[in-house]
Amino acid sequence: MAKLTDKMVEGQPDLLADLDAETLATDDLLTEEMLVNMGPQHPSTHGVLRILLRTDGEVVREATPHIGYLHRCAEKIGENVAPFQFIPTTDRLDYLAAMNNNQTFSVAVEQLVGIEVPERAVTIRILMAELNRIASHLVSLGAYGLDMGAFTPFLYAFRERERIMDLFEAACGARLTYSYITIGGVTMDLPDGFTDACREFLEYLEPKIHEYNQLLSYNQIFIKRAGGVGVISAADAIAWGLTGPCLRASGVRWDLRRCMPYEGYEQYDFEVPIGLPQGGEPPVPPGVPQPRVPRGVVVGDCWSRYFVRVIEMYWSVHLVRQALDRLRPGEHKAKLPRSLKLPVGEIYFEGENPRGQLGFLVIGDGSPVPSRVKVRGPSFNNLSITSHVCRDCLLADVPAIVGSIDIVMGEVDR
Amino acid sequence: MAESHTRSAYGTARQAGGGRRSSRRPAALIFFGAVVAVVLFVWALAAAFEYVDGLVVADSHRVAETGEIVRTRFGGPLTTAEIVDYLPERLRFRPVSWLFWPLQFSLVRDAIAVTGLVGFVSVFTMYAIWWERKVAAHIQSRLGPMRVGGWHGWAQSLADKIKLLTKEDLVPAGADRILYRLAPYMAFTPVLLAFVALPFGTYWVLRNLDVALLFVLAMLGIEVIAVIVAGWASNNKWSLYGGMREASQMVAYESPMGLALLVPIMLAGTLNLAAIGDQQQAGFHMWVVFRNPFAAVAFVLYFVAALASCKRAPFDLPEAESELVAGFMTEYSGFRWGVFFFAEYTSMFVVSGLATTLFLGAWYSPLPAGWGEALAGGGVVARAAHGLLFSGPLWFIAKCVALVYVQIWLRWTLPRVRIDQVLYLFVQVLLPLGMVVLLGNTLWVFLVPEDGIVAVVANTLLCTAGVIVAAAFLGVAVVARARRYRLVGSLAVDHLPGA
Repeated sequence: MAKLTDKMVEGQPDLLADLDAETLATDDLLTEEMLVNMGPQHPSTHGVLRILLRTDGEVVREATPHIGYLHRCAEKIGENVAPFQFIPTTDRLDYLAAMNNNQTFSVAVEQLVGIEVPERAVTIRILMAELNRIASHLVSLGAYGLDMGAFTPFLYAFRERERIMDLFEAACGARLTYSYITIGGVTMDLPDGFTDACREFLEYLEPKIHEYNQLLSYNQIFIKRAGGVGVISAADAIAWGLTGPCLRASGVRWDLRRCMPYEGYEQYDFEVPIGLPQGGEPPVPPGVPQPRVPRGVVVGDCWSRYFVRVIEMYWSVHLVRQALDRLRPGEHKAKLPRSLKLPVGEIYFEGENPRGQLGFLVIGDGSPVPSRVKVRGPSFNNLSITSHVCRDCLLADVPAIVGSIDIVMGEVDR
Repeated sequence: MAESHTRSAYGTARQAGGGRRSSRRPAALIFFGAVVAVVLFVWALAAAFEYVDGLVVADSHRVAETGEIVRTRFGGPLTTAEIVDYLPERLRFRPVSWLFWPLQFSLVRDAIAVTGLVGFVSVFTMYAIWWERKVAAHIQSRLGPMRVGGWHGWAQSLADKIKLLTKEDLVPAGADRILYRLAPYMAFTPVLLAFVALPFGTYWVLRNLDVALLFVLAMLGIEVIAVIVAGWASNNKWSLYGGMREASQMVAYESPMGLALLVPIMLAGTLNLAAIGDQQQAGFHMWVVFRNPFAAVAFVLYFVAALASCKRAPFDLPEAESELVAGFMTEYSGFRWGVFFFAEYTSMFVVSGLATTLFLGAWYSPLPAGWGEALAGGGVVARAAHGLLFSGPLWFIAKCVALVYVQIWLRWTLPRVRIDQVLYLFVQVLLPLGMVVLLGNTLWVFLVPEDGIVAVVANTLLCTAGVIVAAAFLGVAVVARARRYRLVGSLAVDHLPGA
């Protein structure tokens, strides 16, 4: 007995207090809480996240995320280099959506300086941003299957993503950190044949999304694992500052591309999918089989967050098609001075990234180098709700919940 | 930048669906050659099995039967006269009959049989691992191991084994050293022991136990203890979780498994696996799984429980990668890890063997027995065909491998079930279902006359369903192979080395 009491955690309720002498004598009914480190080298913490679990058997009483293993002083770098030179650093924030990061930062600086971006450049930007959204959601989809123990969808998702990487490589020569979208436009014009290759890819991808639904989304085991697990109410989602698919899955129709349009998103036709209760039919573009939310799903659970991304892929395909139709010959970049002087003043701009709202605060002081760059990473805010949701859940639910929040540690730690 | 760049970056994806490169021809030749070689190999194996089965084992058994009471089939007592006089004569090796002199000692015969078994298990597990990697790769539109050994990485498992043998022998600090070292062998030994009672043919069994089924189940049960011991001895919290999960999972799956296995026992009236197998010899309509609807359900029930007993997906919770790192195997490395791996694949074969023996006609060919008799009495070609189409061990292994394939296929398709769902499924769904099946089977046996119209109709319908399922498998495989460019894109088919 003495051994057990010694091990008890300071400040914990005395487990022995309520038990009578007979039970104490048998010793069998007593369970001990155990602190377990999940990560930073755990296969399903998506990089170097470390979650400290206080567990009672298979039940997780408390999960505390610990971050900082990938801190690279991104914001400090921003205070020491010109905005043009900061673009490659934005690539490395959310490295799965580098195009979107480039775009958001570029728009922030353009709004601060007051740069008019040529129409073709804007269209290419939207094209690239939406392609990258598809790529990012593909990774999220595949990795979520992996978290649930389904290996195969991961490989399928990467097979499709590979072709997006090929397209990006053709456009800018890079496959992960593009630095393609830049202040004033894009670094170089699209190569010949890009439009055809892109259309061909979209033709190929759209039926595949339906295939993933049949393979993974509607799989009974998958629904049992993700449906009704890690439910986040709309109020909670707003209170914790959740954005992107995590917010929309809780039933809040909030998408910056629709609510506070930038880059001419208001001229495009698309719907904002939100989490729906069972039997709900999320809107999809024409010509796509109508998905239906299966039984056992609650608004705001892991399955809704996963499925909002799947539907967003359909709409991104639709957006890319529209952008391709709108592509007209013209300048791909505004004429800018070699050394861009930032005016005195500050700008805070948020763009809709695959993982939520990425915000850049840029303060200019008249010199080419900003005096302050602050990044609002969506993954960071989304991650903050982990300890609230992972309470009294099962051990296997922790990867399910963390995976559905879909974090990228490069952005959390910056 | 324009045209050439474009083509190099994504042009290949567009062209791939079209023409095949001429450099593919040698690969096609190699493939064709390999197919022919495999067919010849299987044929030779079948002939060997047929020869040994028909001339040596069966005859020696028959001779023994005429003399004293002989309970064992392959091993066990045979008199000196039987061995030294009879075998060389049957094998037509009279000039070197002294070579067979040691065979009169049963210890020697057992040693030979055990060596053969261990050899078979080693080769099977090695190739099961290679095969699982290839199947997984093709499911995932990859190619899998392609380099080691030349032809489709056939020596990959061998190389892995050598690598595992040469790795550092590591015992984590704070581990229970004795138990930690013991656990892998505790896992492997019982599974290997199960082969003692697992019949590969009417006379191809090491010890023909009357309680063979019970023995095999007991051995499979002991394997679980090794996992718990490994989880406990590793001094790692994830390993402990894995061990505890295995313990609770075992409590859940054992009872529906036992209930499902009572159905064939009831139909056969014996626990002797060889006897149960012999009752299903008249062709595939005699298989237990087609006997009545309850037996068919019992087969599915048993197979689901068997997946859990082998720790295979979707019940691979003890080593759930995304949750428990590697579960009870987290701290293991090198040869000990390899032994655990061996044990897993061997137990896959054992549970498949049990399913084959009890439900799927054991080692008998699905073809009608009449054909076998006609062929066996024919000329050289007919006898050779008989060897291929009716050889016991070959059919047994083929059926087991097919079931192992189903396990592999499920693993790479399904997500993992949560621990509470596993317990719910087995205790609250499959256990009552097992009881219903057992009750239904009992009533069926008592109420439905064996040659009555009800039994015949049920048997016909189930057989038809079985044939349709088998044909659908083949059909899907053929269609998918033909349309693989459209189905998986060109990436895996054309652009990897060795394709």
